Amino acid sequence: MAEIRLENLHKAFGDFTAVRESSFTIADGEFFVMLGPSGCGKTTTLRMIAGLELPTSGRILLDGEDVTWNRASARDIAFVFQLFALYPHMTVRRNISFPLRIAGLPRKEVRERTESVAKLLQIEHLLDRGVGGLAAGDRQRVALGRAIVRRAKAFLMDEPLGALDAEFRDVMCEELRVLHNRIGATTVYVTHDQVEAMSMADRICVMNHAEVLQIGSPLEVYDRPATKFVAGFIGSPSMNFLPAKGGLPAGSRAIRVNGSEIAIPETQASLESAEAFVGARPEHIQITGEGALRGRVFGVEYMGARQLVTVDTDVGRLRVRSPNTLRVNDGETVGLDFMTERLAVFDAATDRAVPTLRAEGGLNG
Amino acid sequence: MSIAANPGQTGARGRWLAGSAVALYALIAMIPLFWIFATGFKSPPDSIAYPPKVFFEPTLEGYVNLFTSRSRQTDEYIKTLGPPKTWYEEIARSRNMVITGPSRFVDRYWNSVVIGFGSTFLAVFLGTLAAYAFSRFKVPLKDDLLFFILSTRMMPPIAVAIPIFLMYRELGLSDTKAGMILLYTAVNLSLSVWLLKGFVDEIPREYEEAAVVDGYTRLQAFRKVVLPQMRAGIAATAIFCLIFAWNEYAFALLLTSGHAQTAPPFIPIIIGEGGLDWPAVAAGTTLFLLPVVVFTVLLRNQLLRGITFGAVRK
Repeated sequence: MAEIRLENLHKAFGDFTAVRESSFTIADGEFFVMLGPSGCGKTTTLRMIAGLELPTSGRILLDGEDVTWNRASARDIAFVFQLFALYPHMTVRRNISFPLRIAGLPRKEVRERTESVAKLLQIEHLLDRGVGGLAAGDRQRVALGRAIVRRAKAFLMDEPLGALDAEFRDVMCEELRVLHNRIGATTVYVTHDQVEAMSMADRICVMNHAEVLQIGSPLEVYDRPATKFVAGFIGSPSMNFLPAKGGLPAGSRAIRVNGSEIAIPETQASLESAEAFVGARPEHIQITGEGALRGRVFGVEYMGARQLVTVDTDVGRLRVRSPNTLRVNDGETVGLDFMTERLAVFDAATDRAVPTLRAEGGLNG
Repeated sequence: MSIAANPGQTGARGRWLAGSAVALYALIAMIPLFWIFATGFKSPPDSIAYPPKVFFEPTLEGYVNLFTSRSRQTDEYIKTLGPPKTWYEEIARSRNMVITGPSRFVDRYWNSVVIGFGSTFLAVFLGTLAAYAFSRFKVPLKDDLLFFILSTRMMPPIAVAIPIFLMYRELGLSDTKAGMILLYTAVNLSLSVWLLKGFVDEIPREYEEAAVVDGYTRLQAFRKVVLPQMRAGIAATAIFCLIFAWNEYAFALLLTSGHAQTAPPFIPIIIGEGGLDWPAVAAGTTLFLLPVVVFTVLLRNQLLRGITFGAVRK
């Protein structure tokens, strides 16, 4: 088990910058999820940690040891690939025991460790089958087995659930987390699926366009997004952004949206730009008779206990999550109220969040 | 895809029809082969009889003539030799011939084996390495190089026969096995690189990366993980290369005469009494066909997978 530390890690492919000057530390035993849209640099970062890609500059430290230029095989790191990369010409047993056999362990130990891992993953009955005919979930387990059996310093996983169907993904999500709790190995997990990230991570690192935007617990990332991108990327349906007037001094408690004042948590710094955005999650908007903003109902989606109401307003189309006890019809004009303490303010010029005295987490959205 | 490959979608009737069509085609395609095989066991008069004989008395005369040199002698001389000691001498005597020694067929055949398999091995070996490099590494001017390799196939090799003949004469490669192996390897290499590159491209890089992360060096990963998965492709490529090298006639005729002559230019010049000895030619051809048949049968499973590679979604 080990701590992974990146220092100013930079990777460019010709003119294209894949990862820009990233520095962060992944704690020993942590389940660290790197989240972002495709092409954001998360997989490149992971591959650099594994040694499959060499950085343009910067350092990678594994338990304090500089491994930046070490071969992948010398890093003692296990990698789970998106398409599993099970060797098709080997049985399940040989696939799982592969790294042990490379290491030249005695047969008896190889056998014992392979079997105990298979037992842990409940694939003992498949050990002597070929990998060709396995179901996706079992392939996934074999790939995990090959990673676990080494007792490597860290596990790196590149969208390991990407190839599974949605239903099975939930099951595997839970299994992975349980497995992690049991083994306690440092795990770096790459995904573009925010639900996976939220449900598994100790900490999430959100990336976009080669930059690390925010690192924090799922709650922090959800409740206090550092940038407009993070706010929009996490949460489904995503956060509503209302264009607002900027130029606020520190300590402001309201912001102008389309001529009307909307109350916001007290700002802690000044907002220089002329334009800003108010961010409001669908569950933080209420439908009322009056309200700060008015609009026409465009559509209603019932989702059991909740309903998702789409409202066209002068500042754009907003999505509101409301209890299903409220009856609204298409075309109806409604008022919208915002939960002041839950709103976020973003600088339109920099996309960064303006620090405010927001309610700290916990509230049931 | 043919109907037969999708049994799930067609009824038994469709499969039966497709099967019959294939069988019929195979039968028609094999008639010349059967005729050659049969001619090998005919006597010279039967082989040129008109109308052609389907039923005939089989004889090993063709094979005897293929493997021996003979000379025609007078009855008086033959009588002085005493009775024939072996069955093949007996066959020769019946035509007033005396066996003077073995023919050069076995030599020529061995030359074919060495040159055919040698050049196939080299073409596939070099092709595998080149294909892997082209598929995996950043090679400067990769596309141009690949096109250059392909372009060596754009004109029939025989178009450069004269320059090659002159070059070989200068270099002392004329009529040597090494020269012929080199030539056939060069001709086959483009096919081998292109075919194999397709196969390597189809193998996901993740396999090697997984092996490297698990502790292999790149070369070990290539040998233990990539190569086993290229088996089908290598088999298919080897068969194509072997068939070319084995059958090649024009260069063999031009560049070899004595020492390194292969079987293709040798077989047609087996002269018998009063012109070509057709049964001997047919016997030589039959034996000449065997190695390719055996090689193909041995690799047929790989070949089938190799040829349909990429056509079927995995």
